[in-house]
Amino acid sequence: MADPLLRVDNLVRRFGGILATDNLSLEVPRGELHAIIGPNGAGKTTLISQLTGQLMPNSGTIHFAGRDVTGLPSYRRSRLGLARSFQITSLLKDFTALDNVALAAQAHDGHSFRFWGNARKERHLRDTARAALQRVGLGSRADVLVSELSHGEQRELELAVALATKPQLLLLDEPMAGLGVTESARMVELLKELRKEFTIVLVEHDMEAVFALADRITVLVYGRVIACDTPDAIRRHEEVKRAYLGEQHAVTRHG
Amino acid sequence: MKSKFNASNAVVAVVCAALVLLPVYSATTGNIFILTLMTRIIIFALAASSLNLIMGYGGMMSFGHAAYLGIGGYAVGILAAEGIGSGFIQWPVALGVSALFALVIGALSLRTRGVYFIMITLAFAQMAYYVASALSRYGGDDGLTIYKRSTFDGLINLSDRTQFYYLCLACLFGGVYLIWRIVNSRFGLVVQGVRSNEQRMQAIGFPAYRYRLTCFVIAGTICGLAGALLANNTDFVSPAVMYWTRSGDLMVMVILGGMGSLFGPLIGAIVYLVLEELLSQFTEYWALIMGPLLLLIVLFARGGIMGLLGRIRRG
Ligand SMILES: Nc1ncnc2c1ncn2[C@@H]1O[C@H](COP(=O)(O)OP(=O)(O)OP(=O)(O)O)[C@@H](O)[C@H]1O
Ligand SMILES: [Mg+2]
Repeated sequence: MADPLLRVDNLVRRFGGILATDNLSLEVPRGELHAIIGPNGAGKTTLISQLTGQLMPNSGTIHFAGRDVTGLPSYRRSRLGLARSFQITSLLKDFTALDNVALAAQAHDGHSFRFWGNARKERHLRDTARAALQRVGLGSRADVLVSELSHGEQRELELAVALATKPQLLLLDEPMAGLGVTESARMVELLKELRKEFTIVLVEHDMEAVFALADRITVLVYGRVIACDTPDAIRRHEEVKRAYLGEQHAVTRHG
Repeated sequence: MKSKFNASNAVVAVVCAALVLLPVYSATTGNIFILTLMTRIIIFALAASSLNLIMGYGGMMSFGHAAYLGIGGYAVGILAAEGIGSGFIQWPVALGVSALFALVIGALSLRTRGVYFIMITLAFAQMAYYVASALSRYGGDDGLTIYKRSTFDGLINLSDRTQFYYLCLACLFGGVYLIWRIVNSRFGLVVQGVRSNEQRMQAIGFPAYRYRLTCFVIAGTICGLAGALLANNTDFVSPAVMYWTRSGDLMVMVILGGMGSLFGPLIGAIVYLVLEELLSQFTEYWALIMGPLLLLIVLFARGGIMGLLGRIRRG
């Protein structure tokens, strides 16, 4: 078997007394859509943040595309093709949607120690950005300030920004958080498209979406992997049912 | 940048035209005082504009920016005292030393955020102040008199009041133009992006620290130029130009005029220094009037004077 695109070995991260990531290992082969589920506080976001370098692990290693990236800062990992979306929307609020995405494209188009030319007039950056906006359905909202976009639009913009960095691996932290029914359905359609092109790690509470999209699912509880398998096998998994699924299903149905 | 008419653009246009024509007015009326005052204001406007680059656009609240006024000034003064009168040597040294100082304190202070950053930049500037006070060979506390202004043989005579005024004005306009280009360049967008959301910028692939540091050095260098002009203007340089209250004055000019607005610092410098001039004629407690005025601006006019004016539109 070829090397997986992402390989995590024995990752540990503590916050004071809490073990947020407990000796976690994980492999994501190229082309897979790998979902990570688990109850609130299971350590999903903490894991994503270690993968992209916003957080450093206490021990363990992360290999991406065959390369040890454990010690690299987040901007270097982005350059290598790791892109994330944030669970809590993290955008440049006082910039337009187009500026947000164009900056992501700019970051991957040589260095930015250019002090003279008007960056907003660089056609190829703007075109790349517009294409990414189009892709997520924000084509007509390009010139709107982020602070004036709806929550749903901001979620979509998170994705467009990630896409504009020409990633090899997309790490999506609850892209559907806070979305309404129609917006969620749109996002699922979009993810179905994106999975043809990108390897994706998807953290999501929406179980219907997860089981519809995922090739494999990892279940986290208290920072530990309690199961990692195909959606069908996960559905039948006793420990998962007990620890998580039954209760969570109830939550999503009512919520 | 936006071509739409509003009151702030109109005010800027009128002010710039008035600045260009001022020497004519001064010559015809014989009012030398106003030319001297405006020369000084223009120099401070350049310094404030450079502070605006890091503070307004970069979100770096430096409380030690006056240090570069002193460093630029001492570079000129010390070289003059040592018999090197040529501006072609003095000024590049002034800029170079300012850049170097900015690089060192920026490299250390930009690792911190918020109040720590403010305190560290303040501390470095105060250090520069005490170092200058200890330079007994160059006047120490009393400061250093510059007996001969920088010479630019065959180019310009700084001892000529009008020529010097236009040199200062050219430096201001050149500085603002440079800042305008920078702000809209790739580099400028990165710096402003980091101000807005550093985590996001790192996540999409920008090493924020390097860009912030470079911006910090550019601002320090421009302010060093203002320092060289100031020393020539007063024929004197003393530790007092680096004192923390001076840095405070610069911050006030930027906030008063409008942070992150290209011409805000110019407007802020004019209003602040003219008010200081007027109020100090009436009372030595002019700061008591200035203080509340500032508080009002900060509380009720987020974008400073330029922000207020920008809301007045035609049609
Ligand atoms: N910066 C931090 N400092 C201290 N504790 C933290 C920090 N970040 C996360 N934690 C703790 O680590 C644990 C895992 O948190 P994390 O945010 O990764 O969970 P999650 O699975 O993403 O939860 P959710 O589904 O609510 O998003 C929690 O107990 C949380 O309180
Ligand atoms: Mg989370």
